[in-house]
Parts: sequence; C-alpha cells; structure tokens
Amino acid sequence: MEAVTLLQSVFDTVLGLALLWLAWRALASPDLFRAIVLFIAFGLLMALAWVRLDAPDIALAEAAIGAGLTGALLLAALARLESRNETKMLHKNDNESEAHDQGC
Amino acid sequence: MIRGVDKQTPFRWLLMVFLSFLTVGLGYAVLSLPAQTPGLSDYVAENIENSGVSNPVTAVLLNFRGYDTLLEIGVLLLALLGVWSLGGITKQRESSPGPVLDMLSRMLVPLLILVAGYLLWIGAHAPGGAFQAGAVLGAAGVLLLLAGWRPGARFSGLPLRITLVTGLGMFVAVGIVLILVGRRLLEYLPPFAGALILLIEAAATLSIGITLAALFLGGRPEVGPRR
Repeated sequence: MEAVTLLQSVFDTVLGLALLWLAWRALASPDLFRAIVLFIAFGLLMALAWVRLDAPDIALAEAAIGAGLTGALLLAALARLESRNETKMLHKNDNESEAHDQGC
Repeated sequence: MIRGVDKQTPFRWLLMVFLSFLTVGLGYAVLSLPAQTPGLSDYVAENIENSGVSNPVTAVLLNFRGYDTLLEIGVLLLALLGVWSLGGITKQRESSPGPVLDMLSRMLVPLLILVAGYLLWIGAHAPGGAFQAGAVLGAAGVLLLLAGWRPGARFSGLPLRITLVTGLGMFVAVGIVLILVGRRLLEYLPPFAGALILLIEAAATLSIGITLAALFLGGRPEVGPRR
C-alpha cells in the first residue's frame, strides 16, 4: 500500500507541475498554432487531474469541451485569422489555395 | 496587430500591481478556507430518492439546481447568436478532405452518435449527462464539417433554428407546465422527475451538439434554397 500511495503522490506532483508548465508555455508561446496545441494538451491533462480528484463528470466535460471542441474552435479561428491577415505561417495544411488567392 | 509598445509600459506596471494584489488576495482566500467543509453533499444524499435519478451530479444539475442549467443552455445559445450576428459564412472552403479523413468520419460519426446516446442515458446513474453527450455530438458535427460536409440550404433555415432552441424550449416548457400544475419553476413531481429529466436532457443534448457544431462552422449558414 505504501508504494501505491507514494506512486500516486509522485504522479499527482508530476501532473500538477506539467499543468503549470503547459499553461505557462501556452501563454508565453509567440506562435499561436503552438499555443493552441499546448492548450489542448493542457485540457487533456486537466481532465486527468479531475479524474485524480474523483470528479469524473467534470473530467468528461473537460476532455470533450475544454480540450476537444475549444481546441477545434481555436484552430478554426486561427485559420480564419491567417487567411485574413495574409501572414505566411508554416502551419497551413488545408488552406494553401486560399492563401494563393489572397496573395496578390 | 499594431501594439503601441511605448504607451503600454505604465499600463504594464499597473497590471503588475493589480496582479500582485490579486495573487495576495487569492492566497489569503485559499489559506483562510476551513480545512474540511461539510458541503452540501449530505443534503443531496438525503433527497436523492426524490430527484428521479441516482447520480448525485445529475440530480444537482437537472433537479436541485435546474435553474442554473437552464441559464447555462441559454448562455450557449446566446454565444451562438453572438457569432451569427457577426455575419454569414465568409467563404466556403473547397479543400478536399482526403481519403483518410473521409473514411474516418464515416466510421467515427455513427460511433460518436451512439456514444452520445449512451452518455445521455447513463447520466441518470453514473457520470455522464446532457453536456457531455452534447459535446460528443458536437464533436461528430465538427468531424463532418472538417470532412467537407455542409448543411444543406433546406436544413439551415427554420429546421436548424428549431433544433437549436429545442433544449432551452423544452426546459422552459417543462418549467411553465410545472407552474401551471401548481408547483414552482422546475420543481418536479417526484414520480415523473426521472422521465422529465430524461426528456429535458435529450432535447438539451441535441441542441448543445448542434450549437457547438454551428459554433465551429463560424457563421450564419445561408438560408433558403439557392438556384
């Protein structure tokens, strides 16, 4: 039992530190695409933290809404921003044709 | 885009001072919390039999504090109205999804709909419920939109709007009917509580899912058949 408790507390500590680090990286990252990916990773780890806190309901909502849908919404907003600002970002997968249209 | 870096320096100091105060205040609030609070879980456990469901979270969300959930669904609808008020869809993306995404969406969307139904049903006894089920349904919608599917003009007029307000409408309708019966707003009769909660949750799941997918679409879909 001792070993299990120790393992759990180590896991919780790592989880908490990883959350703080991810949050900081997401806020500080100058690259918006990177920040969004970090935010999604943050949401998934946060769902794990809710599970550790015995709140599976919130964990489900966090994973589905916090990580999944918010991430998708942010990525969609980023794609829209890029196509409007005509910025030459590297992370364009599917809207290259639009960039060509607006480039001139 | 254009940031007046020079002008922002005093504001930055102000912000730092403000954040320091906030940090100290938050720290004080956390440290002055009592170590162990009884909370309201005893009240919930006492009254869970009258709530119509056996999952305490669903009992609180849909029965004891149903009013809050009603307003939450209203807020979601308001968010969509805000997005729609910014205008229609700016441009139709004509990118082909590619075989992998196409195949994946075909396989995953039915599964996601099934999972949403399961989450909705299991919410009465175990973790789950309308918001989680709605989010999964919304994810299915997002996947469809990513794969290039767009709502047809026939669906995006009145049928879409009716689907969007079904959740809130069902909630309000149940509340009004209960008032007419002589109870207070959303004070269910215990024998019907389970059925009413399921009814509200089913409608809310559909609305939440469609709302989230419509949020991802990012603009008001064009109305009316275009010929």
